[in-house]
Amino acid sequence: MLDKTRSRLRQAFRLDGGGLIDRATALHFSFDGRQLTGHAGDTLASALIANGVHLVGRSFKYHRPRGIFTAGSDEPNALVELRSAARREPNTRATTVELYDGLEATSQNRWPSLEFDLMAVNSLFAPLLGAGFYYKTFMWPAAFWEKVYEPLIRRAAGLGRASRLPDPDTYEQAYAFCDVLVIGAGPAGLAAALAAGRAGARVILCDEDSRPGGRLLSERCEIGGEPGHVWADATVAELESMPSVRVMPRCTVFGVYDGGVHAVVERVSDHLPVPPPHQPRQRLWRVVAKRTVLAAGATERPIVFPGNDRPGVMLASAMRAYANRFAAAPGRRVAVFTASDDGWRTAIDLAAAGAEVVALIDARPAVAPELRARLPGVRLMQGSQVVATAGGQRIGSITVRSGAATETLVVDSLAVSGGWNPAVHLTCHLGGRPVWSENLAAFVPGAGLPPGMTVAGAASGALTLARCLTDGTQAGSDAAAEATGHARKPTTLARSDDEACAISPLWHVAGSTGKAFVDLQHDVTADDIVLAHREGFGAVEHLKRYTTLGMATDQGKTANLPALGIVAALAGRAIPDLGTTTFRPPYTPVAIGALTGHHRGKSFRPTRRTPTHAWAEEQGAVFVETGPWLRAQYFPPPGETDWLATVSREVRTVRSTVGFCDVSTLGKIDVQGPDAGTFLDRLYINTLSTLPVGRARYGVMLREDGFVLDDGTTARLAADRFFMTTTTANAGRVYQHMQFCHQVLWPELDVQFTSVSDQWAQFSIAGPSARELLSLVVDAPFDVSDAALPFMAATESTIQRGVPARIFRISFSGELAYEIAIPARYGEAFAARLMQLGRRLGVTPYGTEALAVMRIEKGHVAGTEIDGRTTARDLGLGRMMSSKKDCIGRTMASRPALLDPDRPAFVGFKPVDATARLRAGAHLIPCRAAATAANGQGVVTSVAFSPALGHWIGLGLIARGPQRLGEIVRAVDPVRGGDIEVEIAAPCFIDPEGVRQRG
Amino acid sequence: MRIACPYCGSRDAREFLYHGAADPERPDPAAADARSRFTDYVYLRDNPAGALRELWFHAAGCHSWLVVTRDTRTHAISGVVPAREQTKSASPEAG
Repeated sequence: MLDKTRSRLRQAFRLDGGGLIDRATALHFSFDGRQLTGHAGDTLASALIANGVHLVGRSFKYHRPRGIFTAGSDEPNALVELRSAARREPNTRATTVELYDGLEATSQNRWPSLEFDLMAVNSLFAPLLGAGFYYKTFMWPAAFWEKVYEPLIRRAAGLGRASRLPDPDTYEQAYAFCDVLVIGAGPAGLAAALAAGRAGARVILCDEDSRPGGRLLSERCEIGGEPGHVWADATVAELESMPSVRVMPRCTVFGVYDGGVHAVVERVSDHLPVPPPHQPRQRLWRVVAKRTVLAAGATERPIVFPGNDRPGVMLASAMRAYANRFAAAPGRRVAVFTASDDGWRTAIDLAAAGAEVVALIDARPAVAPELRARLPGVRLMQGSQVVATAGGQRIGSITVRSGAATETLVVDSLAVSGGWNPAVHLTCHLGGRPVWSENLAAFVPGAGLPPGMTVAGAASGALTLARCLTDGTQAGSDAAAEATGHARKPTTLARSDDEACAISPLWHVAGSTGKAFVDLQHDVTADDIVLAHREGFGAVEHLKRYTTLGMATDQGKTANLPALGIVAALAGRAIPDLGTTTFRPPYTPVAIGALTGHHRGKSFRPTRRTPTHAWAEEQGAVFVETGPWLRAQYFPPPGETDWLATVSREVRTVRSTVGFCDVSTLGKIDVQGPDAGTFLDRLYINTLSTLPVGRARYGVMLREDGFVLDDGTTARLAADRFFMTTTTANAGRVYQHMQFCHQVLWPELDVQFTSVSDQWAQFSIAGPSARELLSLVVDAPFDVSDAALPFMAATESTIQRGVPARIFRISFSGELAYEIAIPARYGEAFAARLMQLGRRLGVTPYGTEALAVMRIEKGHVAGTEIDGRTTARDLGLGRMMSSKKDCIGRTMASRPALLDPDRPAFVGFKPVDATARLRAGAHLIPCRAAATAANGQGVVTSVAFSPALGHWIGLGLIARGPQRLGEIVRAVDPVRGGDIEVEIAAPCFIDPEGVRQRG
Repeated sequence: MRIACPYCGSRDAREFLYHGAADPERPDPAAADARSRFTDYVYLRDNPAGALRELWFHAAGCHSWLVVTRDTRTHAISGVVPAREQTKSASPEAG
């Protein structure tokens, strides 16, 4: 307790000097409820280390204690739940979370507590949880899978918990364009950006870290006689002074796409407790670049040995980063286990930081003498290997084997260095394959790079600092010249030294016992890989799926290559012969919110409102979503609480006096030109070129495969001018189809057309008093009498003292009706005016529901009948097809199968029991047949309660329907449980002779 | 992916709608074997590994139908021309 109190007060593992943290700024945070402090510039991981906290989580399957393993985005272990309530985010890497005041983090995957986890008994069942256990262990009995095994596994083996609350933050999306995109702001990336920027190119420099510099921040190195981070800061300052350069920290380039498009996620506010006002949490950029310099660096890989997962075991480079950048001591008694020269630098840096380096264990039998000279006084164990570790919640000792002898050393941390893997991921996103470098014992970028991409620095396998700088400068200069066409400029290079980086790969300490972890995040051990290989799943892609290796949130960044090394040894083959799994975006996990941007909830797509929306709201309308539109569904006056009562009243009013409805959502297309009539003839099955000026005609158009595409009314306003309407749902599709027909099929036709859907508000005025109401709004001398404006006439006039209007005497309701189109801006005022003028006549506004009831009563087809599977013949419209001309779909509509008399055809239905309710979607079955799919003869497509008839009616399609009028069949609705007898009827229930609409 | 629209310049592929191969030509409806030729035209498409001329509609732009020549293996685009300048199709009344 005393020790904990002390560490809380003064961060017991914080080094006295050095580091790039702001010691003047103390930040308070909590981990599992413990109150701790860190400094500005810390990550959550570095602050935990400074406080001596190494145990940060429990492993996926076995619930073994796990610590911080890396210092970057490749972290497999230190996953925490960050923040709380609606902002709680699981599986957040402590190594990339910037510390802020008030940060709350919770460890994952432990119960009841991190220190004492009962699920650790899973280790006892390890034999059951080995490779392929999903496929083997829980096979029997089958019924147990859903009820017992799966919940058990899900509870036992899981990562963090999602918040289950709506995300309170917003996310943005944006485009950016540049000549040269530089990915990574380490030494190579900074040098590339500087060369490209100085050459005058538009440059974007992205780095996932909060501070540009990459390894220059974490290493003790010099450039031009200055510490590396000083050079980095000066370079960034120069870049930021250039107007054509944009430095973007906290930006991860996670995917490369065709055409130089890069997906980048910017963590705008993740380093703050909550996003500032009007700021998004994250921003997704699509960066379009002419040239790309990939300078993503390299990631260190571990060595697989028993007990390699204990807290306190850490990558050697990560230890250097914690000591040098964050002034946080990973331990006080440190051993280094390495297979490369790189591990030596950790020993040197930790010794310089004041840690006791207990031993340097180098698996190689010999190292360069000059390396040896740099580490005086440290015990060197050459040709040795760590074969075991011990300790509870943190490593306490290691066992080292040198030849036949073994020795146990007391340590509190162990640095591991197995060599470096160039970050080739982005080079593979467009199908590139990495190639094996014998020299580095790693994959380096191979053929098939994304067009325009070059790779510089460690990502290309040039691991040393001096090569990174030369490489980066060259790549930046070349990219700028190629992208801009400007001549190359000579560049000056800051001087730096090449450091030693020899390696002899060691993948796995063989012949050892105990669990040796390959994939720390998914708890895949070396034994699992041996087992998978033995069972025939040794091929790389099989191995991955059988063992789940590399399938965790870190995608095996530290695990994949050691696994390949183990399989190669087992198979007696070389690693390059085995290949790798495919690298796909995203490079690191991306929040779904960032990919969604603003398109969520009601903003998923735009909501379109009709011109009378505000007026309808005032009238108390209930709205319904029809595609992107919000339309008034019905208008309940105060006191009318039953929607059916309201709708029936609206229908009765229209059929007895007059009503009006906003039908502005119809697609409206203005078609002009000498060939307009010919063009429409080719679109519609019937003939429109013969339509006299001043008349309107109903038309049906097909797709080229012979099925109905859409229907609507077209009016001829002049010899070379038509005004056609489409259904609301198909407005965009029909317009696109017309563009296709004109531009692709018949460019020789002299016709122009444009959508004017948004320019015209359109109203249906229907009912016996419709003419009287219309005559009240139309200006003199326009005449709306039956003689001047008979059924199916169309005219241009003005209303209300000069507002241009188009009046079409067409009827969807079957009543005397007009559709009147006026400029959209007058729509709202016009609705109010109709109400005012029509009060005396008893006018009612009506919504889409009454509109539908009346069209069903009249037997007009609509979207539920024109569902893409019906032909004109199916819908009883076959006789409209002109035999004198071709049109889209005409040939295919004559296919024998589409002329089959047994095809379901359009009819009406009424229930035998007049009180029974019909349901749309009900299947039509012969009376004495079983209600099976095989006996289905058709479906009910539309239903309505007819106020005039006093019972439900329906429309639908049934085999040979028109020949079966009067026959009784069953309408079976298995979904809602209905099964009623219905009589097949003619589809028109009201005024079949059409007397009223001609009135 | 980016498509260089001849009217609008280089634009994101999300502004365009894809239609499919550009080369199948609408058959002469008066031909004796019109139905089988229409069946091919409507349903049969080649699936080449390599250059493919295909139709894209610039729906969120100038509403042009474009013939885009795209390598199906690499998505590299080697040409974009307006469809109206490409197609010489028989009119339905022809023949």
